[in-house]
Amino acid sequence: MQAFRYSQAQSVDRAAHSGGTFLAGGTTLIDLMKLNVMQPQQVVDINPLPLSQIEEQKDGTLRIGALVRNSDLAIHPAVKQRYAVLSEALLSGASPQLRNMATTGGNLLQRTRCYYFRDTNYPCNKRKPGSGCSAIDGYNRIHAVLGGSDDCVATHPSDMAVAMMALEAVVHTKGPAGERRIALNQFYLEPGTTPDKETVLHPGELITYVTLPPFSEGARSHYLKLRDRQQYEFALASAAVLVRSNGGRIEQARIALGGVATKPWRSRPAEQVLEGQPATQANFQKAAETAMAGAKPLKYNGFKIELAKRAIVRGLQVVTQTGAEA
Amino acid sequence: MSTSLIGAAVTRIDGPLKVTGAAPYAVDHPVENLAYGVGVASTIGNGRVTRVDASAAEKMSGVLAVLHHGNSLRLYRPGGPFEQESRAGESRPPFEDDTVYYYGQFVALVVANTFAQANAAAAAVKVEYAAEKPAVVLEEQDRAPGDPKQHYQRGNPEEAFAGAPVRIDYTYETPTETHNPMEMHGTIAVWNGDRLRLYETTQGVVNHRNVLSEMLGVPLDRIEVISPFCGAGFGGKLFPWPQSLLAAMAAKKVNRPVQVVVPRSLEFTTVGHRPRTQQRMRMGAQQDGTLVAIVQDVLQPTSKIDSFTENCTGVTRMLYSCPNVATTQEVVSLNIGTPTPMRGPGTTPGLYALDAAMDDLALKLNMDPLQLRLKNYAEKDESENLPFSGKHLKECYQVGAERFGWAKRNPAVGSMKSGNEILGWGMGTSTWHAGRGSATVRVRLGADGRVRTSSATQDIGTGMYTVFAIVVAQKLGIPIDRVDVALGDTALPPGPMSGGSTATASVLPAIDQATDKVTQLLFELATRTAGSPFEKADARTLALTNGRVHGQGQDPESGVPFEKLLQLRRVASLEAEAHTGGADETGKYSSHCFGAQFIEVAWDPGIARLRVTRSVTAIDAGRIISEKTARNQILGGVVWGISMGMFEETIYDPRNAKPINNNYADYLIPTNADIEQMECHFVQYPDLHLNEYGARGLGEIGLTGVASALTMAVYHATGIRVRRLPIRLENLMSGQQRSA
Repeated sequence: MQAFRYSQAQSVDRAAHSGGTFLAGGTTLIDLMKLNVMQPQQVVDINPLPLSQIEEQKDGTLRIGALVRNSDLAIHPAVKQRYAVLSEALLSGASPQLRNMATTGGNLLQRTRCYYFRDTNYPCNKRKPGSGCSAIDGYNRIHAVLGGSDDCVATHPSDMAVAMMALEAVVHTKGPAGERRIALNQFYLEPGTTPDKETVLHPGELITYVTLPPFSEGARSHYLKLRDRQQYEFALASAAVLVRSNGGRIEQARIALGGVATKPWRSRPAEQVLEGQPATQANFQKAAETAMAGAKPLKYNGFKIELAKRAIVRGLQVVTQTGAEA
Repeated sequence: MSTSLIGAAVTRIDGPLKVTGAAPYAVDHPVENLAYGVGVASTIGNGRVTRVDASAAEKMSGVLAVLHHGNSLRLYRPGGPFEQESRAGESRPPFEDDTVYYYGQFVALVVANTFAQANAAAAAVKVEYAAEKPAVVLEEQDRAPGDPKQHYQRGNPEEAFAGAPVRIDYTYETPTETHNPMEMHGTIAVWNGDRLRLYETTQGVVNHRNVLSEMLGVPLDRIEVISPFCGAGFGGKLFPWPQSLLAAMAAKKVNRPVQVVVPRSLEFTTVGHRPRTQQRMRMGAQQDGTLVAIVQDVLQPTSKIDSFTENCTGVTRMLYSCPNVATTQEVVSLNIGTPTPMRGPGTTPGLYALDAAMDDLALKLNMDPLQLRLKNYAEKDESENLPFSGKHLKECYQVGAERFGWAKRNPAVGSMKSGNEILGWGMGTSTWHAGRGSATVRVRLGADGRVRTSSATQDIGTGMYTVFAIVVAQKLGIPIDRVDVALGDTALPPGPMSGGSTATASVLPAIDQATDKVTQLLFELATRTAGSPFEKADARTLALTNGRVHGQGQDPESGVPFEKLLQLRRVASLEAEAHTGGADETGKYSSHCFGAQFIEVAWDPGIARLRVTRSVTAIDAGRIISEKTARNQILGGVVWGISMGMFEETIYDPRNAKPINNNYADYLIPTNADIEQMECHFVQYPDLHLNEYGARGLGEIGLTGVASALTMAVYHATGIRVRRLPIRLENLMSGQQRSA
């Protein structure tokens, strides 16, 4: 770790104009600073900012402050009762100690676990643009089969963001140029030729809130995470699913995937396969095939394509009660 | 001898120190004026250091020195050959020359006033290399022609195999595994003139002192090694590693105490590992399952520096009855750090292959795996042609099978369903050599009524403090909390290394004799002390019960507490020392622990999820001295076996020989959520040929039979036979390729 200047933010406005790197829970930033992967000159601690509230608004929107801890968000009554997929996703992530620190805003900006990104001795286009990708010809079992490019195949590690993708969350920011509302589906960028640019955030722009639109009445949701061990492990494939059905016919479906893509991955085509159709195993399988239709396997991660399909199918079985619990 | 404490569920006596954080581990020792050393490790796997540019680092705040091969003391190599007495983990001293043998080799050390300063400056040291392609893939190496390193044969195995009516021929593979004890390797070196004190985390303070004496060129009597607690070693801390030498070198250079801790990332490269193995097993049997031939050919890597053998073949020669057995071990050197023993060295990967081959044979014979093992039960050690000093494996099979419910196993693949999941059952044999070495133990009776016992052996989390206290308290008839135990300091009488599950069996006779000796001294004192009720009595007529000296045949309550006699005599203490050697029966018996292990897995094919849901282990380890810590050892071994079967693998990048998963997040071990029901039973028959307590060590055996049982259980559930560990979920998804 290199020496850096540290200051505490006095207000959202001043933080947005500070030009520093924001420190919230620190579970990514401090980790990467220890590895010299991130070497900020100035760290602005935003923890003093009044962004730790979860508020249920009159229209049914849930407004989550950027500094709400993962552990608090997971057990909030409104989240547990209505947005089960989000509570489950949060509780499937990391360890209790990490969830006690990690924040809502920080989790959205979590950096990849790609081995080569995390070691400054390797070429990595995300860490050092133009230096090359060490994963494409390396050990890429944990890497992406969706949304990758010739320059980067690193997966986005967040579970929370995958659930929020299915819930059509909106990110609220404040930056030097003022406030913005960004649909989460528009928030992340695929790596393309600029894998160092992971989101549409501008320099200095601070996430202040995330809002979840009113929950679709009668819908059921579930987060299923498949991985190498039962806890404290990133997803090899995960599925956030939400289904509202009526008389065995699906009216609304939301499917988002984690662990398989370069960003939290919403599959609208897979949802469309289901909407208006009966909740059958055949349709679930068809949706799963559709979701993974464009997947490109690398040398070691081909199994993720099938694994993600199984996560989608089981997730849909659970929320439509055609299968047992997972 | 009454047995009220021996084998009772005594809570470990050092527990409160550990749970309150008061137990001082190596770098917890408060040392004044301490400086901090942080290593710079090579980022190539093979080549030379062409330049170390420390100019920027040297100018950074708090930096005291930057050591490297161009400017530091030349150390010495250990006196004896590798794998002998006075053994170093790696026989090349740090900074010997400019050669880089493996990724993660120390090439420089920055010393600064604070850890943060040293760490920042270490990142600013620029090292230039002339890199060559590292040799890291076992299969790609040219193998030297000629005889393998080890060869064993009895009977005529090739012919017997060729003529066997039922044969199997498979290769089983185990990956590189990294010890990863929670307490990282670390040293504080303190020079006082020409005397060196090292606060260490080691499984052998005496060996550590001896090796550092040789490599630093400092006389033995001027080095003291202190390691009162060890946050686990698992074999990885048997022998000294470079950080200890670096701390001593740096402390000399800056004329201050220096601490050097090996960071977690270098745990994977620089302080040993269990090497990968490829084991071809050929097994031939009669139609009724009687073994006629076993041929095992082992290939494993070692480093470019030292030739380390992972002895996978010893177990094959003795575990099952078979007239025709041949084994070979071949070692290939790669650009990796030197391998080192890991829990159950040799036997663990070797028995995995042997028992997995037995399971493959059972499948081919369409025979129950347990029946096949009973069919080939070895009544004696056929490799040594010796009787066993004690073997109750049949009872282990029986007890384990009953507790597990093995008789209810439907052998058809995928036949045992439970909701979305399919259950799979497997079983295996476990074993570990029961050794005993020499030990010296001191026992001191104090006039304050306390008793102190000491030896320069270690408690590496195994419960050794508690074993000492139990035995001394038992023999003197005093409460265990009146016994103080001192271990882990070379100033104490020399004790055994904590390795190979031998320490308990080694120290018991010495504790026993030292206690007897001090008791005799006490009786003599009682007869020579004015005012003693036993003055002028014959010492041979006295007895000691409940800590009181009394006449033989008299009520102990009529006697005098030992401390009263010392007080009368106005002496502070009475002290005696006893030295005992290896097992008396050496050469007459073969001594081993045995066990049977049963594993249940649950496989959910819909989501490719595998869980280990249940295990039952039955162990024959002679008499159990400390029931709680013994159980703890066995269940810890089972967890390790599950880890070996499903999780652990150090993955090298062939481009630069770096282990890419060199951290706790990416190198998987089980979490609590991965460990479900575990049962352990001891079949207790004292092994009196090994020592008078009949106790064998049991630190390794709990692990040895798990991985093969697990792969058999997985086959039973899935129909897929995985012969390369660890099992990954893609192995079990039909049509999916194997990971690297």
